[in-house]
Amino acid sequence: MSDAGPGLAAPPPPIPALPDPPARPRWGLRALVALGMIGGLALLRLGLEAVLIEYAQRIMMLAGINVILAVSLNLINGTTGQFSIGHAGFMAIGAYAAAFLGTHLAPAAAALFGSGMLADAVTFNLALVFGALLAGLSGLCVGLPSLRLRGDYLAIVTLGFGEIIRISFNNAQFLGAATGYFGDSPAGLPAYTNLFWVLLWVVIVIIVTWNITFSQTGRSLAAIREDEIAAEAMATPTTRLKVLAFSFSAAGAGIAGGLFAHMQAGIRPEDFKFDKSIDMIVMIIVGGLGSVSGAAFGGVFVAVSLELMRDLHEYRLVLYALLLIVIMLVRPEGILGTRELPSIVRGLWQRAGARGASSGGAER
Amino acid sequence: MLLELDQVHKIFGGLHAVKAVQLRVEAGEIFGLIGPNGAGKTTIFNVVTGVYRPDQGRVLFDGKDISGWSPAQIASAGIGRTFQNIRLFRSMTAEQNVMVAGRRLHSAGLLATILRTASQAECERALRRRAHELLEALGLRSHANDMAGSLPYGSQRRLEIARALMLSPKLLLLDEPAAGMNSQEARELEAQIRWLRDELKVTVVLVEHNMSVVMSVCERIHVVDHGETIADGPPSAIKTHPKVLAAYLGQEEPDES
Repeated sequence: MSDAGPGLAAPPPPIPALPDPPARPRWGLRALVALGMIGGLALLRLGLEAVLIEYAQRIMMLAGINVILAVSLNLINGTTGQFSIGHAGFMAIGAYAAAFLGTHLAPAAAALFGSGMLADAVTFNLALVFGALLAGLSGLCVGLPSLRLRGDYLAIVTLGFGEIIRISFNNAQFLGAATGYFGDSPAGLPAYTNLFWVLLWVVIVIIVTWNITFSQTGRSLAAIREDEIAAEAMATPTTRLKVLAFSFSAAGAGIAGGLFAHMQAGIRPEDFKFDKSIDMIVMIIVGGLGSVSGAAFGGVFVAVSLELMRDLHEYRLVLYALLLIVIMLVRPEGILGTRELPSIVRGLWQRAGARGASSGGAER
Repeated sequence: MLLELDQVHKIFGGLHAVKAVQLRVEAGEIFGLIGPNGAGKTTIFNVVTGVYRPDQGRVLFDGKDISGWSPAQIASAGIGRTFQNIRLFRSMTAEQNVMVAGRRLHSAGLLATILRTASQAECERALRRRAHELLEALGLRSHANDMAGSLPYGSQRRLEIARALMLSPKLLLLDEPAAGMNSQEARELEAQIRWLRDELKVTVVLVEHNMSVVMSVCERIHVVDHGETIADGPPSAIKTHPKVLAAYLGQEEPDES
């Protein structure tokens, strides 16, 4: 502690230079980047659809939906440290809401915009946002009373909530009850979901989550995870922030549900059973609890590894469980731990640079 | 009068932890709260900071009755604290630990956060600048990017002070700041506490067992034992107060004398 024990009778020292000041946002540039990204994603979709068989495309879409689920769940379970295991319930709400609105909005949109890509895009995105809002709102309703609870109790409440949702849909006649909801037409739900929309929403969800995580709000959420009593003593409105994180997390699941619904001909209550929530927990724990990049990685990992093992039939769950046990033994903090992609890349870059210069640079 | 406890009681089941404590802290004072183990000092801190609600009596801060307020409201009102068993956000960096307490300096809303607007970037910059000033002032500048949990013990105690100062408090409650420090570190701590009061104009209340620190730095001392006030006055009076000596050293039996 060479810098300890200042002769503190002296006035506070001058302001030290700021490391890495955040750049002022330039809106024009941002709009350009956004447009470029949309164009890029559209091209990517066309390219992938030309190259890949439908089966592979489907897995990619499922992986994208998993990424949205994992990244959103990580906000409450990883960053805030509140263990929620009812995420499938919010996904179900988003799925049913988006399916319902997508079915009933289509005629009106067709009347307004003709029956082309524009009408589909408007209908689909309105349906997705509606599903997200409804899921977020139910997150608020569940979170307000239950986030005063800690640890196991919150897990039990969210588990119960997920089951209540599923059973409600199981009995909702106008949504097809246990048979499932297939929209109005005999062809089933309109198949709006494609690689472009999945990727676009993956990007949106990651950006929103990232910006929340790396801000004063995110620091406060992490402080709640680290020590709730100290966080409160530092003027953090803990309950409000927990409810906020929970609602955002639920809204993300709602979007994933909407994308999922419009990928299928129909959705059934049993698509959103308890084991679906467990799958999402697995994604974030495998990837690294508390890391946005880790959650995204975990989402892809679960989708792909389950698919690769499909030929093993019923044995695949055994192998899957074994794989998880091995990961937990070898890397209990998850594959990425709490690190984020940019810092990993920077670390690799610096290591490569140090090796190139062979000077053994003293990077901390 | 910055802080006043008016006939405060706190009862845990059969334990009357704080009994009718009457205590007044003037603005600008360095005030000591001492007493043997289990006397109720930390309970008094927890009542003042809203962790416990007083069962009877009132806590007045800056003229307002704050009994029943939540800890977050009390912290926002201007009472900062440190903890007897260090409670840092261990797997966050020192800088992040301090920034968490800067909510008052951060006016950007949620939408601004999601969109990363210029005002939000400005808030972040202001927070980081203030956090670095405080880290520098407490001699932690070189640890800004180290995990709080990995810092040496004395640095962790100073980091808790820096974090509490980020609230821009009028009143700072230090719970055993010298615990585990050697005499060299304790002397530095004394200088830091005086600096807090003289330069930052923060009123300081400390609970401390290290009597040399208490006697050298405090201008007034309040002594509690078994939850009750037994003395209040300047260090010189406290040192020779018969009840204080009895509480710390034990009492002679009357028939023996």
